[in-house]
Amino acid sequence: MIRAGFALVLVVLAVLLPRPLAAQDSMPPAPYAYNQLEDPRLEAEAAALMQTLRCLKCQSQSIADSDAPMAGDMRHQVRSRILAGESPEAIRAWLIARYGDYVSYEPTVSATTWPLFAIPVLVIAIVAGVLLRRLGKRRNDAGEAA
Amino acid sequence: MKNRIWLWAPLALFAFFAGLAGYMLTQEKDQFVESTMIGQPLPDFALDPAFEGLPGAAKADFVGGQPRLLNIWASWCLPCIAEAPQLEALQAQGVEIVGIAIRDRPEDVASFLARHGNPYTRIGSDRISEVQLAIGSSGVPETFVIDAKGVIRYQHIGDIRAEDVPVLLAELEKAR
Repeated sequence: MIRAGFALVLVVLAVLLPRPLAAQDSMPPAPYAYNQLEDPRLEAEAAALMQTLRCLKCQSQSIADSDAPMAGDMRHQVRSRILAGESPEAIRAWLIARYGDYVSYEPTVSATTWPLFAIPVLVIAIVAGVLLRRLGKRRNDAGEAA
Repeated sequence: MKNRIWLWAPLALFAFFAGLAGYMLTQEKDQFVESTMIGQPLPDFALDPAFEGLPGAAKADFVGGQPRLLNIWASWCLPCIAEAPQLEALQAQGVEIVGIAIRDRPEDVASFLARHGNPYTRIGSDRISEVQLAIGSSGVPETFVIDAKGVIRYQHIGDIRAEDVPVLLAELEKAR
């Protein structure tokens, strides 16, 4: 009997333990956090942009994928700005001016990102050089043998 | 024979990247996203009061007089409880602290302040994080030093610990 009571206390404690994890607000989401724009063309523009913006609270998700309240507030910003006639790239630039390149999943060429674009070009050039030399050599060898 | 050694190059390259990955795994990851608004003026905003006891906050409240602290916080944020005594210490040193409460309710703001003390002169209510996003803040709590022209001069991410108080006081002095 005493053991059962002890177990019950443990179970109740275990249930209460994760409570601090619920440290999130209980406010309703921003108007455009979960509501689409009425115009399907504008909503498509907003959705495409939201797929390429990083959630700041949950950094490996886009704001389109995340349920964090802050991601909802960012979606509201995107949709209400699109509705106000801003272009998606202007909204991306607005966020990059506040959070740096980090907030965008679509890297642009900048002082820190240029190797991303330069390295593939360099590797292709090296491979092309090696292949040309090798194949050219083989053709010469074949020519000499004949 | 001389060319043989080059056969090992791909494996060496792979070993290098494996080593690099292993090394990076042991490094502490910086989870903070810093604002790139340092040196920029505050964006225009005017927020309603977060509860009945104090006025709301607007950009105009930061212009003139001494540099101020802009504290981004929320009653539902646990680290904000931890930093409450440090904010009071800063207030005791004569620092004006303007709060912005993120996604908060008036009754929750009032009960938080009743329980943990009120170091603020004003608190604006940012129900949809719009001012937070406009100044490049990515969480609660965060504290910004704003100079008397309304320019953002410094950002402190996370709760203010006792050792951060002198740092903030020095940044306020620098912003003078």
